Amino acid sequence: MKMPLSAMIGLAVSGAIFLAAILAPLIAPYGMAEIVGDVWEPASSAHWLGTDNIGRDLLTRLIYGGRTTIFIAMLATALSFSLGSFLGVTAAVIGGWVDQVMSRLVDLMMAIPSLIFALVVLSVMPVTLPVLIIVMGLLDSTRVFRLARAVAVDINVMDFVEAARLRGEGRIWIIFREILPNALSPLVAELGLRFIFAVLFLSTLSFLGLGVQPPASDWGGMVKENKDGIVFGINAALYPAAAISILAISVNLVADWVLNRTSDLKGGRGG
Amino acid sequence: MPMVLKLVAQRIALGLLLLLAVSVLIFAGTQILPGDVAQSILGQSATPTALANLRRDLGLDDPAYIRYFRWLWGVMHGDLGTALSNGQDIATQIGERLGNTLFLAFWAAVVAVPLAITLGLVSVRYRNRWPDRLISTVSLASISLPEFFIGYVLIYYFSARHQWFPSLATVYDGMPLLERLRAIALPVAVLTLVVLAHMMRMTRAAIMNVMQSAYIETAELKGLSAFKVIIRHAFPNAISPIVNVVMINLAYLVVGVVVVEVIFVYPGMGQYLVDHVAKRDVPVVQATGLIFAAVYIALNLIADVVAILSNPRLRHPK
Amino acid sequence: MADLLLDIRNLHIEATVQAPGERPHDIVIVDDVSLSLEKGRVLGLIGESGAGKSTIGLATMGYGRGAIRLSGEVWLNGRNILDGGLRELRRLRGREVTYVSQSAAASFNPAKRLMEQIIEAGLEHGVGSRRELARRAVQLFDALGLPDPENFGLRYPHQVSGGQLQRAMTVMALVPEPDMIVFDEPTTALDVTTQIDVLAAIKKAIRETGVAAMYITHDLAVVAQVSDDIMVLRNGRMVERGTTDEIINSPREEYTRALVSVRSIEHDEKGLTDTPVLSTHNISARYGKGAQVLDDVSVDLHPGQTLAIVGESGSGKSTLARVITGLLPPISGEVSFQGRRLSPALSGRSKDDLRQLQMIYQMADVAMNPRQTVGTIIGRPLEFYFGLRGRARRARVLELLDDIEMGPEFIDRYPAELSGGQKQRVCIARALAAKPSVIICDEVTSALDPLVADGILKLLLRLQEREDVAYLFITHDLATVRAIADSIAVMYRGALVRYGPKSEVLSPPFDDYTDLLLASVPEMKIGWLEEVLSRRRMESAGN
Repeated sequence: MKMPLSAMIGLAVSGAIFLAAILAPLIAPYGMAEIVGDVWEPASSAHWLGTDNIGRDLLTRLIYGGRTTIFIAMLATALSFSLGSFLGVTAAVIGGWVDQVMSRLVDLMMAIPSLIFALVVLSVMPVTLPVLIIVMGLLDSTRVFRLARAVAVDINVMDFVEAARLRGEGRIWIIFREILPNALSPLVAELGLRFIFAVLFLSTLSFLGLGVQPPASDWGGMVKENKDGIVFGINAALYPAAAISILAISVNLVADWVLNRTSDLKGGRGG
Repeated sequence: MPMVLKLVAQRIALGLLLLLAVSVLIFAGTQILPGDVAQSILGQSATPTALANLRRDLGLDDPAYIRYFRWLWGVMHGDLGTALSNGQDIATQIGERLGNTLFLAFWAAVVAVPLAITLGLVSVRYRNRWPDRLISTVSLASISLPEFFIGYVLIYYFSARHQWFPSLATVYDGMPLLERLRAIALPVAVLTLVVLAHMMRMTRAAIMNVMQSAYIETAELKGLSAFKVIIRHAFPNAISPIVNVVMINLAYLVVGVVVVEVIFVYPGMGQYLVDHVAKRDVPVVQATGLIFAAVYIALNLIADVVAILSNPRLRHPK
Repeated sequence: MADLLLDIRNLHIEATVQAPGERPHDIVIVDDVSLSLEKGRVLGLIGESGAGKSTIGLATMGYGRGAIRLSGEVWLNGRNILDGGLRELRRLRGREVTYVSQSAAASFNPAKRLMEQIIEAGLEHGVGSRRELARRAVQLFDALGLPDPENFGLRYPHQVSGGQLQRAMTVMALVPEPDMIVFDEPTTALDVTTQIDVLAAIKKAIRETGVAAMYITHDLAVVAQVSDDIMVLRNGRMVERGTTDEIINSPREEYTRALVSVRSIEHDEKGLTDTPVLSTHNISARYGKGAQVLDDVSVDLHPGQTLAIVGESGSGKSTLARVITGLLPPISGEVSFQGRRLSPALSGRSKDDLRQLQMIYQMADVAMNPRQTVGTIIGRPLEFYFGLRGRARRARVLELLDDIEMGPEFIDRYPAELSGGQKQRVCIARALAAKPSVIICDEVTSALDPLVADGILKLLLRLQEREDVAYLFITHDLATVRAIADSIAVMYRGALVRYGPKSEVLSPPFDDYTDLLLASVPEMKIGWLEEVLSRRRMESAGN
């Protein structure tokens, strides 16, 4: 089982970013909120990436900002994923009106673009971390629900599941032993894509000033803080924006590989 | 062909029903918080009496469903209410901004749609060869880029470094078309790049799917040229999936507009929405949210209707 | 040989395949095959799946599916077509050689009218004007027995039946007046009673137009009816070639002999016992609120015997199995087991009821969980019904593996690592593990190659002898029925048309449908098709 170069690069880069996020207090050269120089100082040996709009070290902010971005995105993904896949598989196995009600509700939620829906809700909710995570998680769970349900419906009508039913197996065995092991690979591939989506979504919200609130800051918020420098040729805002892109691309490379590997597999192993 | 018409009518009715449900959802979404509009207007320091008076004036003492129907009635008659933040009529304010947003989205679509379909076709024509690989790698990367990264990179190079295009997409009434187009050149470029990758990948997948059908092999075995095979046999069956792809991406574009307008400070609906979310101006948020959702639903509706109309089984029943 | 049309010399075809997660590697599909075909002759290519027969058929048009590489020489009308470029190939495709595929339903463009597609190749190659070609098509529609020949071409593919489409595709192949037609399993997807009409149409078309043909199939009895010569292929190599008479009546190679003698299993009918183990009483059923698919069906299955339920697609035979297993409660009637009434719904049946009634499916691939090993698949019923665990369970699994003639090394394999026949054997072992008194076999051999299917049937018969288990054997294949049944129920459109011990059901006088069904099963005999057709003509003349 050989890993293609692109997936290896993706794994290495995303691994490095995660590691930096975990070890932030150890590796960041300055304090997160510490003002260490002038406004928008250019890159120097003291400040590798220069300073930001109020004179904080940009590299330090980037490392800490990554921490916030990844932390929130991971929790939101975990929420959307567990909720969406559980409800999706349940809807598929139970079927009937339970499935109908859940599916139509999800259709309804998906009829409004996620960003618009989030903006509507955030216009009245206090923008705190738990609210952000729950809103992002709930909105995205609709997509996981659809995938999980579709996959589970396909598996549910296969003869081996019928054989288990005819044997007299209970619902628990059917969900956990017959359906889930076969639904796992497409769902795991989707996990990566959902994480990227969460990162981009959070960054967008923060960029619009409706995500992580100051003084805390994530990458999207950092873009917002430093965007006014762009027109003067100061590229401070491009670093956090590039960081988001790099994280998203590298996770995408890994997810793409997992997806290709499992989509051809049709649930089989080896050959 | 009454069968088809019936299905189309059903689908349109379903779309209207969905829109109605969405209006409920949007209304409900703004009712879930502890505070209320009166509090937002007067601020935290307001006296209870003043709050009560304002609530009564705004009709906030009525139950939620009454307020919903009052709002819906207004919306259906073109009355979107008044903005809390400046007391102006929302419909008038939105009118011009909606025009600006549609102008931006239109030009982005004009550039992106033909480009995406062409690239998709090139990808299929050279599948698994280098042009396909290059296009697919670049598009995989560009799917991962947030709008503001592309936007600021373009501003950084084309406005700050070289003054080729304005960094702010300022437009005003009576602006000549060419100047207007120059003003929106960068936002259009960003929007195009944002939807291009998606649209191209989906177009490629849609055509590939058709090209793998047995009837394509039949056509090849008749000795037809590759071009004739595509035009006569692949294309009629690929129209519906491609229209579907285009519509889904136009819907996506409508959302991308929000961020792009903020980046370029463009006076459109997206900017308007984001500003008023920050000001917690609920009536504006409801109105703009509903319009965005309506456009989104309409585009999906068109995709489904085209799919129904282009299905030979439905057009020519047994 | 002045009128040599096609001469293939040392054809070698390779493909690069890439299993997921593995490096791409080359496999040989066709290995050093040479053959020739004279004008107006019909050559049958026969072999099991993977024999490379379809690949050879397409190679005569210089066409390959996917990333394949052709080497060797394909001489057609005096030139090696592999030497010319794509332009040259296009000139011959649809003009000198045309093609009829297995699935006409998929091979017609759903968005275009039939006539437009049928005359397309002729127009492209300038064989005639639109009007001339259309007239020829209408004549052929008429000759091949298609309804309303004048207007048939105005229809869209989804508006005509499968058997008609298959004939329409034959017309499409004939319209450009080619030198040769490649028929690639043209009747395999059809019901037997439809197959005989299409087969007759194809034979008539070949004879009347004098076109040469390559007829590809896995069914020797079918090819014996239409071809002058037969070539037997196996794993991409030629086994034997001869005239049809030589291959059918005096095959030289052992493999050919096995193919010829397939389904000649002899099985003596057992006498009925007093009490049936399983009975259905006046069962009627439908899906949801749809049309009724079973109408008043009553059959008995006796202990240790085989009851074959025979019918074509849409006859309701699989629905009957769903009713018996409890997956589809009937709207009226009941199922009884060992003299007592079974709950109509699955949820109302006891664990022992479920154990006594096991099932084997048509598609063994999807009947086993791909994430479970053979050991788990066979072991689960042992654990579930008998509480066997650990070493005892493993020992019993090994015994069962031995029963199905598979070695102990298979216990840790996954289904994807097994061949089609092995998969079906594991499914048999899983059913046997429950020690049932009845096993429902739903088309268990129809997805398998004939020799493999034979092996499975022999295994089932031997296990029945030893375990005294009764089979409810659902099939569309009368040859299989002859081989293993003790009693037979013939179904048509949801109702029983004939039912009784095998010897009675298969002896005259017949009802119309059973007569048609029996007469439609191809026999391994040259001239069978003509006999049937002339008998039909005589009958209709006599009426």
